[in-house]
Amino acid sequence: MSARDRLVSPLIRDNPVTRQILGICSALAVTTSMTTALTMSAALVFVLCTAAALISAIRRHIPRAIRLILQITIIATLVILVDELLRAYAFALSERLSIFVGLIVTNCLVLGRAEAFAMHHPAGAAVLDGLGNALGYGLVLMVVAAIRELLGTGALFGRTVLPLAEEGGWFAPLRLMQLAPAAFFVLGLLVWAIRSARPEQVERPEHRLAPEAEP
Amino acid sequence: MSGILFDAIFADNLALSFFLGICTFLAVSQKLSTAVGLGLALIAVQGVTVPLNALIYHALLAKGAWGWAGLPEVDLTHLRIIVFIGVIAAVVQVLEMALDRFVPVLHRGLGIFLPLITVNCAILGGSLFMVERRYDIAEAAIWGIGSGIGWALAIAALAAIRERLRYADMPEGLQGLGAAFIVTGLMSLGFTAFGGLAR
Repeated sequence: MSARDRLVSPLIRDNPVTRQILGICSALAVTTSMTTALTMSAALVFVLCTAAALISAIRRHIPRAIRLILQITIIATLVILVDELLRAYAFALSERLSIFVGLIVTNCLVLGRAEAFAMHHPAGAAVLDGLGNALGYGLVLMVVAAIRELLGTGALFGRTVLPLAEEGGWFAPLRLMQLAPAAFFVLGLLVWAIRSARPEQVERPEHRLAPEAEP
Repeated sequence: MSGILFDAIFADNLALSFFLGICTFLAVSQKLSTAVGLGLALIAVQGVTVPLNALIYHALLAKGAWGWAGLPEVDLTHLRIIVFIGVIAAVVQVLEMALDRFVPVLHRGLGIFLPLITVNCAILGGSLFMVERRYDIAEAAIWGIGSGIGWALAIAALAAIRERLRYADMPEGLQGLGAAFIVTGLMSLGFTAFGGLAR
């Protein structure tokens, strides 16, 4: 696999969220607005790349029996760093992200890439793989957030795009889009769209309707 | 107190309104029996770790907790993430050994799920919410058990629905993951309605 493939393939084809079902946990909660989604994506890019580089650099010295504990410790340290930085320089934003920055520790995407890739590859490749996967995750986050914020409040990044009816415009916001169920619907439809475009990703049904019998 | 319990199970359901533990939620909801097993394991772990973490947080990490040692300025709250994850990993390990020794039947049933639970964000999320909402230890115990029950209820319901859904004739791209998301969304709508009932 070339370096370019490693970076590009997790963006859509092997996207961590829609294909590998990794890291959905924290993905959905921060998608009520583009600002929170962007912050979360940036935090994940930093944690995933740095963790991949560190773990890959010491991979020959890690005893197999304690590798998971070691990986979690490294990841948790990086997450604490991000959390404290956000608290210091963007306190309002960190209040809105609530506990979800801390939950990057148990984001299966970070541990999954560390265990599956960084443990067996040199640092350069591991960072590229981490960057690709983090960007793929970020891409899904941004798409879901864009749909939910635009339809839910008529704004993008907090700036009004569709003039609201109550302020003299024409757009009546869908309040449902800001609630939890909408995140599931939007992501479900997104998965459907990606799989319609790339039929090789479709899961085979276990049962099929029998062809109509002649009466 | 009963308000916390009701909120934890329905209105603030970890899986359906905070999206916690969704990876496992979607991956292990193909069969009702395994889903119930995982749900029970989660109630047990959540019920132990949240009050334990509350105890550790109030005794060691909170601001002013070291006042008795003449260090009233020490504030170790930033260490909570790493301490909580350590406690969770340890509790899961101990629970696994204890079950193996005393209830081997249950251990064989839950076997593979217990280690999986260490990295389930519902567990860490439960402990972090406990800090954010400033629960004391009794409230934390109720919140832990309640949120565990809520999560178990949700995964059991989803698994039961997916067992029926297997025979449905759906558009190809929606098969599997896509349909699971939509069904979860509908369940989430239902649980939100329970929230209105509480207030």
